[in-house]
Amino acid sequence: MLPEAEFEHVLAKKYMRTEIMPHAFCPGCGLGIIERMILMAFEELGQEEWDRTVFVSGIGCSGWTPLYFRRDAAHTLHGRALAFATALKTSRPDLNVVVVMGDGDSMGIGGNHLIHAARRNIGITAIIATNMLYSLTGGQMSPTTPEGARTNTTPYGNIEPNFNLMELLRAAGATYLARWTTYHFIQAKNSIKKAVKHKGFAAIEIVFQCPTYAGRYILNRPDPRDMMQWFKENSVPIGVAKNKSPDELKGKIIVGEYLHRTDRKEYTERLREVEERAQGKGR
Amino acid sequence: MYVEPGTHLMQGDEAIVEGALIAGCRFFAGYPITPATEIAERMSRRMPQVGGVFMQMEDELASIMAIIGASWAGRKSMTATSGPGYSLMQEGLGYAIITETPIVIVDVQRGGPSTGLVTLPSQGDVMQARWGSHGDYATIALAPSSAQDMFDLAIKAFNLAETYRNPVIILADEVIAHVREPVKVPQYEDIEIVERRKPNVPPEEYIPYLPEPGEWVAPMPAFGDGYNVLVESVMHDEFGHRIGTDHAAAERTIKRIYYKIEKNVDKIAMYEKRYMEDAEVAVVAYGSTARTALRAVREARNQGIKAGLVRLITLWPFYDRLIEETANQVKAIVVPEMNMGKIVREVDRASKGQAKVISVPKVGGVLHHPDEILAAIKSAVR
Repeated sequence: MLPEAEFEHVLAKKYMRTEIMPHAFCPGCGLGIIERMILMAFEELGQEEWDRTVFVSGIGCSGWTPLYFRRDAAHTLHGRALAFATALKTSRPDLNVVVVMGDGDSMGIGGNHLIHAARRNIGITAIIATNMLYSLTGGQMSPTTPEGARTNTTPYGNIEPNFNLMELLRAAGATYLARWTTYHFIQAKNSIKKAVKHKGFAAIEIVFQCPTYAGRYILNRPDPRDMMQWFKENSVPIGVAKNKSPDELKGKIIVGEYLHRTDRKEYTERLREVEERAQGKGR
Repeated sequence: MYVEPGTHLMQGDEAIVEGALIAGCRFFAGYPITPATEIAERMSRRMPQVGGVFMQMEDELASIMAIIGASWAGRKSMTATSGPGYSLMQEGLGYAIITETPIVIVDVQRGGPSTGLVTLPSQGDVMQARWGSHGDYATIALAPSSAQDMFDLAIKAFNLAETYRNPVIILADEVIAHVREPVKVPQYEDIEIVERRKPNVPPEEYIPYLPEPGEWVAPMPAFGDGYNVLVESVMHDEFGHRIGTDHAAAERTIKRIYYKIEKNVDKIAMYEKRYMEDAEVAVVAYGSTARTALRAVREARNQGIKAGLVRLITLWPFYDRLIEETANQVKAIVVPEMNMGKIVREVDRASKGQAKVISVPKVGGVLHHPDEILAAIKSAVR
């Protein structure tokens, strides 16, 4: 056993299950930054929002993220976090349901639930932590691995194109969309705040550094600081990207708030209408 | 709100819905599949009438995870499916087991393997109901034989799920799902309903997976109650914390979820005996096959053979003692099943060589003819 660590940080003491820490992430992993983004968002949203927030996650490194928060949390199955979360939200619409998934968890094995959650526009905040490969199993190709990248299952280079998560979810019917990297701490934290308050399906993709695998295999930058530097240099704000050609944007991460629409009703509101109709109260 | 007390002509699939609603089911998630679709259809109409939620999910993987999520939101929840969907649910079933989540799953069995005999009955999933998900665990599975059973066992299933914080599987089949016959609905106050036990200690004293001494399961709070529970699919200790390679803690968790069912078999097991007082040959049957078996037993009695029927209502946990007693009484046990012979293995094991055990398998999506069972009874006493 490791010696019991002391967690003096105000966020850790206030919000985290320090009794099960230190956490299991590799040194330099970006998931700790994402945890802090989430906690900072709630610190700013206030105690009342935190007190009615519950967390759901899938399987993969990212699935561990919310388990360190002192709230009700479900560590579900690989890919199935949104199905669990959907029922939770329909049964308790008053709760903020925040789901943390990885790229493989959400777009690979769980892709079907992802598009259907967006189609329903159910009031869930989905934080999708993208590290460009499967890390918990030791560095295999995922739906966001860049073409040509060598991983442990693409030894001759990845031949599969990526999902563009933002466009996928826009088409499926999501109503709040943003993409950032761990370099964009303040922006991502602000998007999480907006997403939690948003009525509808909100997804925030956060590209984070996995120095252990993506750093070594894909970016040739095993130092997490170099990876974040790479995020900084290769991110293009969505407004700037509009005036650039596809060739200029090849290999870039287009960051920003993609979508914020309020013209679609949230799913649990529609369910209330169904209940009223069934009980003869509505039309 | 509920179906009135009294006798109603109902289809099995309707009866199970009405039973579930009276038991307190307030969330249903499902995906259309023959021959279980009528359950989802009726739920879609009835659930919002009683203030519950019906959701048609994108697939069965989502359906089972949704009912688990709803259960942790504090609602009694249920899904219904058939073979292919039930196969898809196996990983989720394991999740409900390790997180000790009360849920009810109805499997209206049809012929398999694979897409199989879509509209025809089968009892091919009886072993899957016990062993379908990976790892070590125990399940509760009930086998209705009539529309009345569909109503009654829906209520029993929810009561057992709440009592043992475990999934309960109702193994119906196409015949029982679609049969339309009288169903007696008792006065509501005469119906026993087990409500979920919630913790009554302060959150800092609550341990979600540590039962009180003398209990098998801990009380279960809902998300949002302030207990900050961890619902953990990874092997965990009494707190829900992942335990890595702590073998002793893993053994404690696995043995408890196994024994909370297997050691309570006396309380869980339900069965019915007909003509068994002086029987020299017993037919052990379940589900729709038990109806055919009863006809065969009566015919045997007409022909002067002392035959009896032991109808298994609870298939899992398997009630060894019932079979052992039966084997000690009779010369032979006949086991007709709409499969290649599955529960007969359990009967053979539990009878400990005290009676000859004769399997009467039937596949292809058709009930036994009573004469087939009668012939086996006759061969047993010859």
